[in-house]
Amino acid sequence: MKILVCISNVPDTTSKITFTDNNTAFNSNGIQYIINPYDELALSKAVELADGGKANVTVIHVGDVASEPTIRKALAVGADQAVRIDAPPRDAWFVANQIATYAKTENFDLILTGRESIDYNGAQVQAYIAELLQIPSVSIAKRIEINGNEATIDREIEGGKEVLTVNLPVVIGTAEGVAEVKIPNMRGIMGARSKPLTVLPAVDVPALSTISNYETPTPRGAVTLIDKDNINKLVELLHTEAKVI
Amino acid sequence: MSILVYIENVEGNFKKSGFEALSYAKAIADTLQQEVYALSIGNVENTELEKAGKYGASKIINVQQEQLKNFVNQAYASIIADIAKSTGASTIILSNSFSGKGLAPRVATKLNAGLADAATSLPIIEGETWKIKKTVFSSKAIATIDLLSPLKVISLAPNAYEPSESPSDIQIENYTPKIEQSDFSTIIKEIVRATDKVSLPEADIVVSAGRGMKGPEHWGLVEELADVLGAATACSKPVSDAGWRPHEEHVGQTGLAVSPNLYIAIGISGAIQHLAGVSSSKTIVVINKDPEAPFFKVADYGIVGDAFEIVPQLIEALKRYKSN
Repeated sequence: MKILVCISNVPDTTSKITFTDNNTAFNSNGIQYIINPYDELALSKAVELADGGKANVTVIHVGDVASEPTIRKALAVGADQAVRIDAPPRDAWFVANQIATYAKTENFDLILTGRESIDYNGAQVQAYIAELLQIPSVSIAKRIEINGNEATIDREIEGGKEVLTVNLPVVIGTAEGVAEVKIPNMRGIMGARSKPLTVLPAVDVPALSTISNYETPTPRGAVTLIDKDNINKLVELLHTEAKVI
Repeated sequence: MSILVYIENVEGNFKKSGFEALSYAKAIADTLQQEVYALSIGNVENTELEKAGKYGASKIINVQQEQLKNFVNQAYASIIADIAKSTGASTIILSNSFSGKGLAPRVATKLNAGLADAATSLPIIEGETWKIKKTVFSSKAIATIDLLSPLKVISLAPNAYEPSESPSDIQIENYTPKIEQSDFSTIIKEIVRATDKVSLPEADIVVSAGRGMKGPEHWGLVEELADVLGAATACSKPVSDAGWRPHEEHVGQTGLAVSPNLYIAIGISGAIQHLAGVSSSKTIVVINKDPEAPFFKVADYGIVGDAFEIVPQLIEALKRYKSN
């Protein structure tokens, strides 16, 4: 089985998010980058399925050379090789086109992404890839089992879950529950240095959208503290001031 | 020209998010002097279909076929794109639900349209460029997406646009789509839905609790408060990791992001990973015995004290309020 895991390089959760160029670009100055936590689940699942040789795992990333430490970390977790498409990840449509173009040449059985990224929170890349490749996709998977050529998946739906089966190849967006996050060990870290990392040029993709401005949300006013012996006051404020009950 | 709105249903009942999408579409249509057409796929009765008229649709296209009873993203995307083409829709609006996330990019690809996902604002229309806001960086920022393509797909974030009635005479048009078997490669074996609970991603009010509840045996209190408010229950990551509550209830980074009108956090300290999933809630109430808990910094209302004393009193106070 050949598995492709798509990883994005995102600011660490604790990062302070600021913008530059008159609020038109993200300010990456001083930002610590990590593998998108949902992609880490996808990677962990792929490595679990491979279990030391039962599958071959490729990680793919669209980004410039600065994201190579993140790619090496994915190799340290247990991917066999990596591909970096050498271009800034302009938007989900651009990234998905790069990945689909590469995937067309390789016939992967399983393409895994995180359910969404924690930077642009889009959740678009997986369905774009699947549509570009004309194969099925499952957007938010909480359990994945592979039996031969068939995947059984628990898909999250509002207020419950749907159990479905699908023949490979398929694109799956992974959520909490699919796998335990794998932490690279020293042997993995050493081995990652010599694993192949291929750099490929990007294909041209006409832009359908662009981000023209960023702003930070208006901060909430100071908290109104309510005395614990006057709970009725909270109910009253929720009704008259916040108007939420 | 028209705007096409796909309305999701659960077992034949339209979802609230569908009416949000219709009202949102109606506001755009009024600006552009266009019609709003609704689209329903699945087994939905006429009385339900007519409800789309209350929110401004002049026509609802009804696709009702056994094979399409349950959501399959490839097949649904094909139908939505085909109907968009045949009705000459310039804009397609969907809900950014769990299913919608798997659907919108496929529809956009088929139509070569730009996609604004999880939209939180009406577009500012500047000729062919539409400017639409969405939250990014786990609610730490808001981005303005410029849609540049002639055809546009927008998926509306839940609870981002208040449905408002705008009654219109509605015509129901039954439509039988051409079906490609290759669109049905996923086979649904089972749908498990908790019918007695408010669904967390769509809830107006969420009651959430953390390790401060000390153990799963105390969750009756959380559920009782949620019942009184008609709220969904949620929890922090340590709670779902410990197995006190199912993963589906975990809100925060790596769990679910929610944006209810009211989020009540009980015994949750407010780690940044948790805040990432809740900070776009309209009103936040924090109950915590530690006055230094970081959650108070992002709360609208706070009570410092023991949850086991405060929550029962809050339940009683709410019952009194409800009975008046």
